[in-house]
Amino acid sequence: MQISIASGKGGVGKTTIAVNLARIAAKDVTYADCDVEAPNGHLYLKPTIDETKDHSVKVARVDDAKCNSCGVCQDKCRFNALAVLPGHVMVFDELCHGCGACVLACPEDAIYEIERPIGVIETGRADGVRFVGGRINIGEAMSPPLIRAVKRAVAKDELVILDAPPGTSCPVVNSVSGTDYCVMTTEPTPFGLHDLTLAVGMIRRMGIPFGVVVNRVGLGDDRVHEYCRRENIEILAEIPDDRRAAKAYAEGIIAVDVIPDWHAIFVNLWQRLLARAASTNQSA
Amino acid sequence: MAKQITIISGKGGTGKTTLTASIAALAESAVLADCDVDAADLHLILTPHINETHDFAGGFSATIDPKACTSCGLCLDACRYDAISDDFAVNDLMCEGCGACFDICPAQAVIFKRETAGQWFESTTRFGPMVHAALAAGQDNSGKLVSQVRKRANEIAEEQNKDLVIIDGPPGVGCPVISAVTGVDLILICAEPTPSGRHDLLRVLELAGHFGIPAALCMNKSDLAPEKSREILSEAQQNGAHFVGSLPYDTQAVAAMMQSKSVVEFYEGPLVKAIEEVWANTTELVSSLTKPDN
Repeated sequence: MQISIASGKGGVGKTTIAVNLARIAAKDVTYADCDVEAPNGHLYLKPTIDETKDHSVKVARVDDAKCNSCGVCQDKCRFNALAVLPGHVMVFDELCHGCGACVLACPEDAIYEIERPIGVIETGRADGVRFVGGRINIGEAMSPPLIRAVKRAVAKDELVILDAPPGTSCPVVNSVSGTDYCVMTTEPTPFGLHDLTLAVGMIRRMGIPFGVVVNRVGLGDDRVHEYCRRENIEILAEIPDDRRAAKAYAEGIIAVDVIPDWHAIFVNLWQRLLARAASTNQSA
Repeated sequence: MAKQITIISGKGGTGKTTLTASIAALAESAVLADCDVDAADLHLILTPHINETHDFAGGFSATIDPKACTSCGLCLDACRYDAISDDFAVNDLMCEGCGACFDICPAQAVIFKRETAGQWFESTTRFGPMVHAALAAGQDNSGKLVSQVRKRANEIAEEQNKDLVIIDGPPGVGCPVISAVTGVDLILICAEPTPSGRHDLLRVLELAGHFGIPAALCMNKSDLAPEKSREILSEAQQNGAHFVGSLPYDTQAVAAMMQSKSVVEFYEGPLVKAIEEVWANTTELVSSLTKPDN
Protein backbone atom coordinates (compact mmCIF):
# COMPACT_ATOMS: atom_id res chain seq x y z
CA MET A 1 0.00 0.00 0.00
CA GLN A 2 1.38 3.38 -0.97
CA ILE A 3 0.54 6.80 0.44
CA SER A 4 1.95 9.78 -1.43
CA ILE A 5 2.63 13.17 0.15
CA ALA A 6 2.32 15.98 -2.40
CA SER A 7 1.69 19.73 -2.64
CA GLY A 8 1.14 22.34 -5.31
CA LYS A 9 3.30 24.92 -3.59
CA GLY A 10 6.78 24.04 -2.42
CA GLY A 11 7.92 24.48 1.17
CA VAL A 12 4.55 23.90 2.79
CA GLY A 13 5.67 20.84 4.73
CA LYS A 14 5.66 17.75 2.50
CA THR A 15 8.93 16.43 3.83
CA THR A 16 8.06 17.43 7.40
CA ILE A 17 4.84 15.42 7.18
CA ALA A 18 6.49 12.48 5.42
CA VAL A 19 9.36 12.08 7.91
CA ASN A 20 7.14 12.58 10.95
CA LEU A 21 4.76 9.92 9.65
CA ALA A 22 7.69 7.62 8.91
CA ARG A 23 8.90 8.07 12.48
CA ILE A 24 5.46 7.17 13.86
CA ALA A 25 5.06 4.15 11.58
CA ALA A 26 8.69 3.12 12.23
CA LYS A 27 9.59 -0.45 11.33
CA ASP A 28 6.36 -1.02 9.41
CA VAL A 29 7.14 1.42 6.68
CA THR A 30 9.33 2.39 3.74
CA TYR A 31 10.08 6.05 3.12
CA ALA A 32 10.58 6.72 -0.61
CA ASP A 33 11.96 10.10 -1.66
CA CYS A 34 10.70 10.93 -5.16
CA ASP A 35 11.66 14.60 -4.91
CA VAL A 36 14.83 13.71 -6.78
CA GLU A 37 15.69 17.31 -7.71
CA ALA A 38 15.66 18.49 -4.11
CA PRO A 39 15.69 15.39 -1.92
CA ASN A 40 15.52 16.32 1.76
CA GLY A 41 14.07 13.37 3.71
CA HIS A 42 17.52 11.92 4.41
CA LEU A 43 18.53 15.10 6.24
CA TYR A 44 15.97 14.29 8.95
CA LEU A 45 15.70 10.50 8.89
CA LYS A 46 19.53 10.28 8.69
CA PRO A 47 19.55 6.79 7.22
CA THR A 48 22.53 4.48 7.06
CA ILE A 49 22.92 3.92 3.34
CA ASP A 50 23.62 0.27 2.43
CA GLU A 51 23.67 0.68 -1.29
CA THR A 52 24.10 3.48 -3.82
CA LYS A 53 23.37 2.57 -7.41
CA ASP A 54 23.71 4.63 -10.56
CA HIS A 55 20.52 4.86 -12.53
CA SER A 56 20.89 5.10 -16.28
CA VAL A 57 18.59 5.87 -19.14
CA LYS A 58 18.86 4.71 -22.71
CA VAL A 59 20.24 7.13 -25.22
CA ALA A 60 20.51 6.66 -28.97
CA ARG A 61 23.80 6.17 -30.83
CA VAL A 62 24.18 5.92 -34.57
CA ASP A 63 26.65 3.61 -36.27
CA ASP A 64 28.08 5.86 -38.98
CA ALA A 65 29.30 2.83 -40.93
CA LYS A 66 25.71 1.58 -41.38
CA CYS A 67 24.02 4.99 -41.64
CA ASN A 68 23.22 6.31 -45.12
CA SER A 69 22.04 9.73 -43.83
CA CYS A 70 18.46 9.13 -45.00
CA GLY A 71 17.11 11.39 -42.26
CA VAL A 72 14.20 9.17 -41.14
CA CYS A 73 15.41 9.18 -37.53
CA GLN A 74 15.53 12.96 -37.42
CA ASP A 75 11.95 13.13 -38.73
CA LYS A 76 10.71 10.54 -36.26
CA CYS A 77 12.34 12.06 -33.19
CA ARG A 78 9.67 14.25 -31.58
CA PHE A 79 12.21 15.69 -29.14
CA ASN A 80 14.62 17.14 -31.72
CA ALA A 81 17.42 15.10 -30.22
CA LEU A 82 18.95 14.02 -33.55
CA ALA A 83 20.65 16.08 -36.23
CA VAL A 84 21.59 14.29 -39.44
CA LEU A 85 24.76 15.71 -40.98
CA PRO A 86 26.58 14.37 -44.02
CA GLY A 87 28.31 11.19 -42.85
CA HIS A 88 27.36 11.64 -39.20
CA VAL A 89 24.31 11.88 -36.91
CA MET A 90 24.63 14.01 -33.83
CA VAL A 91 22.67 12.97 -30.72
CA PHE A 92 21.85 15.60 -28.11
CA ASP A 93 21.87 13.41 -25.02
CA GLU A 94 19.95 15.79 -22.74
CA LEU A 95 17.12 16.00 -25.26
CA CYS A 96 16.90 12.25 -25.91
CA HIS A 97 13.93 10.72 -24.06
CA GLY A 98 15.15 7.17 -24.67
CA CYS A 99 11.84 6.29 -26.32
CA GLY A 100 13.34 4.08 -29.01
CA ALA A 101 11.27 5.55 -31.86
CA CYS A 102 14.42 6.18 -33.91
CA VAL A 103 15.61 2.61 -33.35
CA LEU A 104 12.29 1.30 -34.64
CA ALA A 105 12.30 3.71 -37.58
CA CYS A 106 15.84 3.28 -38.93
CA PRO A 107 15.66 1.26 -42.17
CA GLU A 108 19.39 0.44 -41.98
CA ASP A 109 19.37 -0.87 -38.37
CA ALA A 110 22.08 1.67 -37.73
CA ILE A 111 20.79 2.93 -34.38
CA TYR A 112 21.60 1.28 -31.09
CA GLU A 113 21.29 2.45 -27.51
CA ILE A 114 23.77 2.95 -24.71
CA GLU A 115 23.17 3.56 -21.03
CA ARG A 116 23.74 7.06 -19.69
CA PRO A 117 23.70 7.65 -15.92
CA ILE A 118 21.34 10.45 -14.80
CA GLY A 119 21.35 10.00 -11.04
CA VAL A 120 21.58 7.60 -8.13
CA ILE A 121 19.21 5.48 -6.08
CA GLU A 122 20.15 5.07 -2.44
CA THR A 123 18.71 2.43 -0.14
CA GLY A 124 19.25 2.07 3.57
CA ARG A 125 17.67 2.06 7.01
CA ALA A 126 16.77 4.75 9.52
CA ASP A 127 15.77 3.46 12.95
CA GLY A 128 13.73 0.65 11.47
CA VAL A 129 12.33 2.65 8.55
CA ARG A 130 13.47 1.34 5.19
CA PHE A 131 14.81 4.25 3.16
CA VAL A 132 14.78 4.57 -0.62
CA GLY A 133 15.72 7.83 -2.30
CA GLY A 134 16.66 9.18 -5.70
CA ARG A 135 18.98 12.07 -6.47
CA ILE A 136 19.27 13.46 -9.99
CA ASN A 137 22.66 14.57 -11.29
CA ILE A 138 23.04 18.34 -11.61
CA GLY A 139 22.40 19.49 -15.16
CA GLU A 140 20.03 16.64 -16.01
CA ALA A 141 16.68 18.00 -17.15
CA MET A 142 14.43 14.96 -16.99
CA SER A 143 13.63 13.51 -13.61
CA PRO A 144 10.67 11.18 -14.41
CA PRO A 145 12.85 8.16 -15.39
CA LEU A 146 14.66 8.40 -12.04
CA ILE A 147 11.37 8.84 -10.17
CA ARG A 148 10.03 5.70 -11.83
CA ALA A 149 13.21 3.89 -10.78
CA VAL A 150 12.68 4.91 -7.14
CA LYS A 151 9.18 3.49 -7.36
CA ARG A 152 10.46 0.26 -8.87
CA ALA A 153 12.87 -0.06 -5.94
CA VAL A 154 9.95 -0.62 -3.56
CA ALA A 155 8.03 -3.90 -3.59
CA LYS A 156 4.28 -4.15 -4.23
CA ASP A 157 3.51 -5.44 -0.74
CA GLU A 158 5.45 -2.74 1.11
CA LEU A 159 3.72 -0.03 3.10
CA VAL A 160 5.20 3.11 1.57
CA ILE A 161 5.24 6.79 2.46
CA LEU A 162 6.18 8.48 -0.80
CA ASP A 163 7.57 12.02 -0.65
CA ALA A 164 6.68 13.73 -3.97
CA PRO A 165 8.15 16.86 -5.59
CA PRO A 166 6.12 20.11 -5.53
CA GLY A 167 3.99 21.38 -8.40
CA THR A 168 1.56 19.81 -10.83
CA SER A 169 3.68 18.78 -13.82
CA CYS A 170 5.17 15.50 -15.04
CA PRO A 171 7.52 14.76 -12.11
CA VAL A 172 4.56 14.99 -9.72
CA VAL A 173 2.30 12.90 -11.94
CA ASN A 174 4.99 10.22 -12.18
CA SER A 175 5.45 10.25 -8.40
CA VAL A 176 1.85 9.98 -7.24
CA SER A 177 0.67 7.78 -10.11
CA GLY A 178 -0.36 4.35 -8.83
CA THR A 179 -0.36 5.32 -5.15
CA ASP A 180 -3.43 4.30 -3.16
CA TYR A 181 -3.98 7.60 -1.45
CA CYS A 182 -2.52 11.09 -1.66
CA VAL A 183 -2.01 13.60 1.13
CA MET A 184 -2.23 17.06 -0.40
CA THR A 185 -0.31 19.46 1.79
CA THR A 186 -0.92 23.19 1.95
CA GLU A 187 -0.69 26.27 4.13
CA PRO A 188 -3.51 28.77 4.77
CA THR A 189 -2.10 31.58 2.61
CA PRO A 190 -3.14 32.90 -0.82
CA PHE A 191 -0.17 31.13 -2.44
CA GLY A 192 -0.99 27.92 -0.59
CA LEU A 193 -4.65 28.06 -1.62
CA HIS A 194 -3.96 28.92 -5.25
CA ASP A 195 -1.47 26.08 -5.71
CA LEU A 196 -3.74 23.70 -3.78
CA THR A 197 -6.54 24.29 -6.29
CA LEU A 198 -4.14 23.46 -9.14
CA ALA A 199 -2.92 20.32 -7.39
CA VAL A 200 -6.49 19.21 -6.65
CA GLY A 201 -7.26 19.61 -10.37
CA MET A 202 -4.35 17.29 -11.14
CA ILE A 203 -5.12 14.64 -8.53
CA ARG A 204 -8.82 14.53 -9.45
CA ARG A 205 -7.89 14.07 -13.09
CA MET A 206 -5.72 11.14 -12.04
CA GLY A 207 -8.55 9.62 -10.05
CA ILE A 208 -6.49 9.13 -6.90
CA PRO A 209 -8.36 9.48 -3.58
CA PHE A 210 -6.92 12.29 -1.48
CA GLY A 211 -7.33 14.51 1.54
CA VAL A 212 -5.72 17.75 2.66
CA VAL A 213 -3.35 18.47 5.53
CA VAL A 214 -3.29 22.14 6.43
CA ASN A 215 0.10 23.05 7.84
CA ARG A 216 0.98 26.22 9.80
CA VAL A 217 -2.58 26.84 10.90
CA GLY A 218 -2.66 30.25 12.55
CA LEU A 219 -0.79 31.84 9.70
CA GLY A 220 -2.99 33.51 7.09
CA ASP A 221 -6.75 32.97 7.17
CA ASP A 222 -9.47 30.35 6.68
CA ARG A 223 -9.84 30.49 2.89
CA VAL A 224 -8.22 27.05 2.52
CA HIS A 225 -10.75 25.63 4.98
CA GLU A 226 -13.61 27.28 3.11
CA TYR A 227 -12.33 25.91 -0.18
CA CYS A 228 -12.13 22.36 1.22
CA ARG A 229 -15.65 22.63 2.64
CA ARG A 230 -17.00 23.89 -0.67
CA GLU A 231 -15.21 21.19 -2.66
CA ASN A 232 -16.10 18.44 -0.21
CA ILE A 233 -12.47 17.64 0.51
CA GLU A 234 -11.59 16.01 3.81
CA ILE A 235 -9.15 17.89 6.01
CA LEU A 236 -7.10 15.04 7.45
CA ALA A 237 -5.16 17.10 9.97
CA GLU A 238 -4.41 20.64 10.97
CA ILE A 239 -0.88 21.29 12.08
CA PRO A 240 -0.34 24.48 14.07
CA ASP A 241 2.15 27.18 13.11
CA ASP A 242 4.63 26.35 15.82
CA ARG A 243 8.01 27.95 16.49
CA ARG A 244 9.13 24.82 18.36
CA ALA A 245 8.59 22.80 15.19
CA ALA A 246 10.37 25.42 13.05
CA LYS A 247 13.30 25.29 15.46
CA ALA A 248 13.39 21.47 15.35
CA TYR A 249 13.29 21.58 11.54
CA ALA A 250 16.16 24.10 11.46
CA GLU A 251 18.20 21.75 13.65
CA GLY A 252 17.48 18.66 11.58
CA ILE A 253 15.30 17.13 14.30
CA ILE A 254 12.03 15.30 13.60
CA ALA A 255 9.31 17.16 15.51
CA VAL A 256 7.46 14.12 16.91
CA ASP A 257 10.67 13.11 18.69
CA VAL A 258 10.70 16.27 20.80
CA ILE A 259 7.19 17.78 20.87
CA PRO A 260 4.58 15.60 22.63
CA ASP A 261 1.50 17.26 21.11
CA TRP A 262 2.98 16.77 17.63
CA HIS A 263 3.38 13.11 18.43
CA ALA A 264 -0.36 12.93 19.11
CA ILE A 265 -1.24 14.79 15.89
CA PHE A 266 0.82 12.43 13.77
CA VAL A 267 -0.37 9.24 15.48
CA ASN A 268 -3.90 10.36 14.65
CA LEU A 269 -3.03 11.30 11.09
CA TRP A 270 -1.28 7.98 10.49
CA GLN A 271 -4.26 5.97 11.80
CA ARG A 272 -6.58 7.97 9.60
CA LEU A 273 -4.38 7.51 6.53
CA LEU A 274 -4.15 3.76 7.02
CA ALA A 275 -7.93 3.61 7.19
CA ARG A 276 -8.40 5.75 4.08
CA ALA A 277 -5.79 3.92 2.02
CA ALA A 278 -7.12 0.51 3.11
CA SER A 279 -10.67 1.38 2.10
CA THR A 280 -9.57 2.52 -1.37
CA ASN A 281 -7.40 -0.57 -1.66
CA GLN A 282 -10.44 -2.78 -1.04
CA SER A 283 -12.77 -0.90 -3.35
CA ALA A 284 -10.19 -0.96 -6.13
CA MET B 1 20.09 44.09 -24.44
CA ALA B 2 18.29 43.99 -21.11
CA LYS B 3 20.02 42.18 -18.27
CA GLN B 4 18.25 39.09 -16.98
CA ILE B 5 18.04 37.97 -13.36
CA THR B 6 16.42 34.70 -12.29
CA ILE B 7 15.32 34.18 -8.70
CA ILE B 8 15.38 30.53 -7.61
CA SER B 9 15.90 28.54 -4.42
CA GLY B 10 16.12 24.79 -5.07
CA LYS B 11 13.84 24.13 -2.13
CA GLY B 12 10.31 25.47 -2.48
CA GLY B 13 8.70 27.89 -0.08
CA THR B 14 11.80 29.83 0.96
CA GLY B 15 10.36 33.18 -0.13
CA LYS B 16 11.26 33.41 -3.84
CA THR B 17 7.99 34.91 -5.01
CA THR B 18 7.63 37.21 -2.00
CA LEU B 19 11.11 38.56 -2.71
CA THR B 20 10.42 38.79 -6.46
CA ALA B 21 7.24 40.83 -5.87
CA SER B 22 9.18 43.35 -3.78
CA ILE B 23 11.95 43.50 -6.36
CA ALA B 24 9.28 44.15 -9.02
CA ALA B 25 8.15 47.12 -6.93
CA LEU B 26 11.70 48.42 -6.47
CA ALA B 27 13.04 47.92 -9.99
CA GLU B 28 12.58 51.03 -12.08
CA SER B 29 12.69 49.71 -15.61
CA ALA B 30 11.92 46.02 -15.74
CA VAL B 31 9.83 43.39 -17.44
CA LEU B 32 8.57 40.65 -15.12
CA ALA B 33 8.43 37.00 -16.11
CA ASP B 34 6.83 34.33 -13.93
CA CYS B 35 8.55 31.13 -14.98
CA ASP B 36 7.18 28.95 -12.18
CA VAL B 37 4.65 27.81 -14.75
CA ASP B 38 3.14 24.85 -12.94
CA ALA B 39 2.51 26.70 -9.67
CA ALA B 40 2.59 30.36 -10.65
CA ASP B 41 1.88 32.73 -7.76
CA LEU B 42 3.42 36.09 -8.67
CA HIS B 43 0.16 37.22 -10.29
CA LEU B 44 -1.57 36.94 -6.89
CA ILE B 45 0.52 39.90 -5.72
CA LEU B 46 1.00 41.83 -8.95
CA THR B 47 -2.69 41.39 -10.03
CA PRO B 48 -1.87 41.81 -13.73
CA HIS B 49 -4.33 43.09 -16.28
CA ILE B 50 -4.14 40.51 -19.07
CA ASN B 51 -3.85 42.13 -22.50
CA GLU B 52 -3.22 39.05 -24.60
CA THR B 53 -3.77 35.33 -24.05
CA HIS B 54 -1.97 32.73 -26.16
CA ASP B 55 -2.45 28.97 -26.29
CA PHE B 56 0.66 26.96 -25.58
CA ALA B 57 1.06 23.97 -27.87
CA GLY B 58 2.82 21.35 -25.78
CA GLY B 59 4.09 18.01 -26.88
CA PHE B 60 2.30 15.31 -28.80
CA SER B 61 -0.04 12.80 -27.28
CA ALA B 62 -1.37 9.49 -28.58
CA THR B 63 -4.86 8.02 -28.48
CA ILE B 64 -5.96 4.68 -29.93
CA ASP B 65 -9.11 4.34 -32.01
CA PRO B 66 -10.69 1.11 -30.69
CA LYS B 67 -12.59 0.61 -33.95
CA ALA B 68 -9.39 0.49 -35.98
CA CYS B 69 -7.25 -1.36 -33.40
CA THR B 70 -6.64 -5.05 -34.14
CA SER B 71 -5.15 -5.75 -30.67
CA CYS B 72 -1.90 -6.94 -32.24
CA GLY B 73 0.11 -5.66 -29.27
CA LEU B 74 3.00 -4.06 -31.17
CA CYS B 75 2.34 -0.70 -29.51
CA LEU B 76 2.53 -2.29 -26.06
CA ASP B 77 6.03 -3.55 -26.85
CA ALA B 78 7.11 -0.25 -28.38
CA CYS B 79 5.89 1.97 -25.51
CA ARG B 80 8.55 2.45 -22.85
CA TYR B 81 6.38 4.54 -20.55
CA ASP B 82 3.75 1.97 -19.54
CA ALA B 83 1.23 4.38 -21.01
CA ILE B 84 -0.82 1.79 -22.91
CA SER B 85 -3.12 -0.55 -21.00
CA ASP B 86 -3.64 -4.22 -21.86
CA ASP B 87 -6.94 -3.30 -23.46
CA PHE B 88 -5.22 -0.68 -25.64
CA ALA B 89 -6.19 2.59 -24.04
CA VAL B 90 -3.57 5.34 -23.66
CA ASN B 91 -3.12 6.95 -20.25
CA ASP B 92 -2.55 10.53 -21.38
CA LEU B 93 -0.79 11.45 -18.14
CA MET B 94 1.87 8.79 -18.70
CA CYS B 95 2.20 9.27 -22.48
CA GLU B 96 5.56 10.85 -23.30
CA GLY B 97 4.46 11.87 -26.81
CA CYS B 98 7.32 10.00 -28.50
CA GLY B 99 5.21 8.53 -31.31
CA ALA B 100 6.72 5.03 -31.18
CA CYS B 101 3.20 3.51 -31.05
CA PHE B 102 2.04 5.71 -33.93
CA ASP B 103 5.03 4.72 -36.03
CA ILE B 104 4.69 1.00 -35.40
CA CYS B 105 0.91 0.50 -35.59
CA PRO B 106 0.15 -1.52 -38.75
CA ALA B 107 -3.57 -0.65 -38.60
CA GLN B 108 -3.17 3.14 -38.38
CA ALA B 109 -5.24 3.02 -35.22
CA VAL B 110 -3.10 5.52 -33.31
CA ILE B 111 -4.11 9.15 -33.46
CA PHE B 112 -1.10 11.29 -32.69
CA LYS B 113 -1.43 15.02 -32.34
CA ARG B 114 -0.18 18.06 -30.53
CA GLU B 115 -2.04 19.01 -27.37
CA THR B 116 -2.77 22.42 -25.97
CA ALA B 117 -0.80 22.22 -22.74
CA GLY B 118 -1.58 25.58 -21.23
CA GLN B 119 -1.73 29.28 -21.88
CA TRP B 120 0.57 32.22 -21.58
CA PHE B 121 -0.29 35.83 -21.04
CA GLU B 122 1.04 39.30 -21.82
CA SER B 123 -0.09 41.64 -19.10
CA THR B 124 0.32 45.02 -17.49
CA THR B 125 0.93 45.46 -13.78
CA ARG B 126 1.36 48.50 -11.55
CA PHE B 127 5.11 47.82 -11.80
CA GLY B 128 5.33 47.39 -15.55
CA PRO B 129 4.82 44.69 -18.17
CA MET B 130 4.59 41.05 -17.14
CA VAL B 131 4.61 37.77 -19.03
CA HIS B 132 3.23 34.74 -17.23
CA ALA B 133 1.72 31.35 -17.91
CA ALA B 134 -0.47 28.57 -16.65
CA LEU B 135 0.53 25.02 -17.51
CA ALA B 136 -2.43 22.65 -17.61
CA ALA B 137 -2.35 20.28 -14.64
CA GLY B 138 -0.27 17.19 -15.16
CA GLN B 139 1.42 18.40 -18.35
CA ASP B 140 5.01 17.96 -19.37
CA ASN B 141 6.99 20.41 -21.51
CA SER B 142 7.14 22.97 -18.73
CA GLY B 143 10.65 23.85 -19.92
CA LYS B 144 9.31 24.79 -23.34
CA LEU B 145 6.67 27.02 -21.77
CA VAL B 146 9.34 28.69 -19.63
CA SER B 147 11.36 29.40 -22.78
CA GLN B 148 8.28 30.89 -24.43
CA VAL B 149 7.62 33.21 -21.47
CA ARG B 150 11.25 34.33 -21.39
CA LYS B 151 11.40 34.89 -25.14
CA ARG B 152 8.39 37.21 -25.07
CA ALA B 153 9.65 39.02 -21.94
CA ASN B 154 12.94 39.73 -23.71
CA GLU B 155 11.14 41.01 -26.79
CA ILE B 156 9.02 43.35 -24.67
CA ALA B 157 12.16 44.63 -22.93
CA GLU B 158 13.61 45.37 -26.34
CA GLU B 159 10.43 47.05 -27.63
CA GLN B 160 9.95 49.19 -24.56
CA ASN B 161 13.60 49.94 -23.82
CA LYS B 162 13.61 48.24 -20.43
CA ASP B 163 16.94 47.55 -18.72
CA LEU B 164 16.00 44.39 -16.87
CA VAL B 165 14.06 41.17 -17.12
CA ILE B 166 13.21 39.76 -13.68
CA ILE B 167 12.40 36.06 -13.75
CA ASP B 168 10.63 34.23 -10.92
CA GLY B 169 11.88 30.68 -11.26
CA PRO B 170 10.51 27.26 -10.26
CA PRO B 171 11.78 25.06 -7.41
CA GLY B 172 14.14 22.13 -8.01
CA VAL B 173 17.03 21.79 -10.46
CA GLY B 174 15.33 20.06 -13.39
CA CYS B 175 13.90 20.90 -16.80
CA PRO B 176 11.96 24.13 -16.05
CA VAL B 177 14.76 25.45 -13.82
CA ILE B 178 17.36 24.85 -16.50
CA SER B 179 15.12 26.69 -18.98
CA ALA B 180 14.69 29.55 -16.51
CA VAL B 181 18.43 30.09 -15.94
CA THR B 182 20.19 29.39 -19.24
CA GLY B 183 21.77 32.55 -20.57
CA VAL B 184 20.78 34.86 -17.71
CA ASP B 185 23.21 37.38 -16.23
CA LEU B 186 22.66 36.41 -12.62
CA ILE B 187 20.96 33.74 -10.56
CA LEU B 188 19.67 35.21 -7.28
CA ILE B 189 19.18 32.40 -4.79
CA CYS B 190 16.70 32.92 -1.98
CA ALA B 191 17.71 30.41 0.71
CA GLU B 192 16.70 29.66 4.29
CA PRO B 193 18.93 28.50 7.15
CA THR B 194 17.62 24.94 7.55
CA PRO B 195 19.22 21.61 6.61
CA SER B 196 16.93 21.34 3.54
CA GLY B 197 17.55 24.96 2.62
CA ARG B 198 21.30 24.44 2.78
CA HIS B 199 21.21 21.14 0.89
CA ASP B 200 19.11 22.51 -1.97
CA LEU B 201 21.04 25.80 -2.09
CA LEU B 202 24.26 23.86 -2.68
CA ARG B 203 22.60 21.91 -5.49
CA VAL B 204 21.44 25.13 -7.13
CA LEU B 205 24.94 26.58 -6.80
CA GLU B 206 26.31 23.48 -8.49
CA LEU B 207 23.77 24.03 -11.27
CA ALA B 208 24.90 27.65 -11.65
CA GLY B 209 28.51 26.45 -11.85
CA HIS B 210 27.56 23.75 -14.36
CA PHE B 211 26.17 26.41 -16.71
CA GLY B 212 28.78 29.03 -15.83
CA ILE B 213 26.24 31.55 -14.55
CA PRO B 214 27.15 33.93 -11.69
CA ALA B 215 25.09 33.32 -8.55
CA ALA B 216 24.23 35.54 -5.60
CA LEU B 217 22.82 34.49 -2.24
CA CYS B 218 20.08 36.20 -0.27
CA MET B 219 19.62 34.50 3.10
CA ASN B 220 15.99 34.68 4.13
CA LYS B 221 14.86 34.38 7.78
CA SER B 222 18.51 34.49 8.81
CA ASP B 223 17.70 35.64 12.35
CA LEU B 224 15.88 32.37 13.06
CA ALA B 225 19.23 30.57 13.02
CA PRO B 226 22.05 33.14 12.95
CA GLU B 227 24.85 30.64 13.53
CA LYS B 228 23.57 28.27 10.85
CA SER B 229 23.11 31.23 8.48
CA ARG B 230 26.76 32.22 8.89
CA GLU B 231 27.91 28.64 8.26
CA ILE B 232 25.76 28.31 5.15
CA LEU B 233 26.89 31.69 3.87
CA SER B 234 30.56 30.82 4.13
CA GLU B 235 29.95 27.43 2.50
CA ALA B 236 28.05 29.14 -0.33
CA GLN B 237 30.84 31.66 -0.81
CA GLN B 238 33.38 28.85 -0.99
CA ASN B 239 31.20 27.44 -3.75
CA GLY B 240 31.34 30.62 -5.75
CA ALA B 241 28.31 32.56 -4.53
CA HIS B 242 28.29 36.33 -4.12
CA PHE B 243 26.43 37.58 -1.06
CA VAL B 244 23.79 40.29 -1.42
CA GLY B 245 22.28 40.33 2.04
CA SER B 246 20.07 38.74 4.68
CA LEU B 247 16.38 39.19 5.42
CA PRO B 248 14.84 38.91 8.90
CA TYR B 249 11.88 36.68 9.63
CA ASP B 250 8.81 38.90 9.72
CA THR B 251 5.13 37.94 9.90
CA GLN B 252 4.39 41.10 7.88
CA ALA B 253 5.50 39.15 4.80
CA VAL B 254 2.41 36.93 5.07
CA ALA B 255 0.23 39.87 6.11
CA ALA B 256 1.24 41.67 2.90
CA MET B 257 0.51 38.56 0.83
CA MET B 258 -2.98 38.33 2.37
CA GLN B 259 -3.71 41.74 0.88
CA SER B 260 -2.10 41.11 -2.52
CA LYS B 261 0.66 43.57 -1.78
CA SER B 262 4.40 43.31 -2.00
CA VAL B 263 6.18 43.75 1.33
CA VAL B 264 7.79 47.05 0.31
CA GLU B 265 4.38 48.57 -0.51
CA PHE B 266 2.76 47.23 2.63
CA TYR B 267 4.63 48.72 5.55
CA GLU B 268 7.83 50.33 6.79
CA GLY B 269 10.12 48.14 8.80
CA PRO B 270 13.40 46.27 9.08
CA LEU B 271 12.36 43.71 6.47
CA VAL B 272 11.73 46.46 3.92
CA LYS B 273 15.11 48.07 4.61
CA ALA B 274 16.76 44.68 4.20
CA ILE B 275 15.00 43.97 0.90
CA GLU B 276 16.03 47.39 -0.43
CA GLU B 277 19.60 46.63 0.49
CA VAL B 278 19.49 43.20 -1.16
CA TRP B 279 18.14 44.78 -4.32
CA ALA B 280 20.71 47.59 -4.32
CA ASN B 281 23.52 45.05 -3.92
CA THR B 282 22.04 42.84 -6.62
CA THR B 283 21.79 45.62 -9.21
CA GLU B 284 25.31 46.73 -8.39
CA LEU B 285 26.54 43.16 -8.80
CA VAL B 286 24.73 42.72 -12.12
CA SER B 287 26.21 45.87 -13.59
CA SER B 288 29.70 44.86 -12.45
CA LEU B 289 29.41 41.46 -14.13
CA THR B 290 30.16 41.21 -17.80
CA LYS B 291 29.07 38.15 -19.66
CA PRO B 292 32.03 36.27 -21.11
CA ASP B 293 30.39 36.04 -24.56
CA ASN B 294 29.72 39.74 -25.16
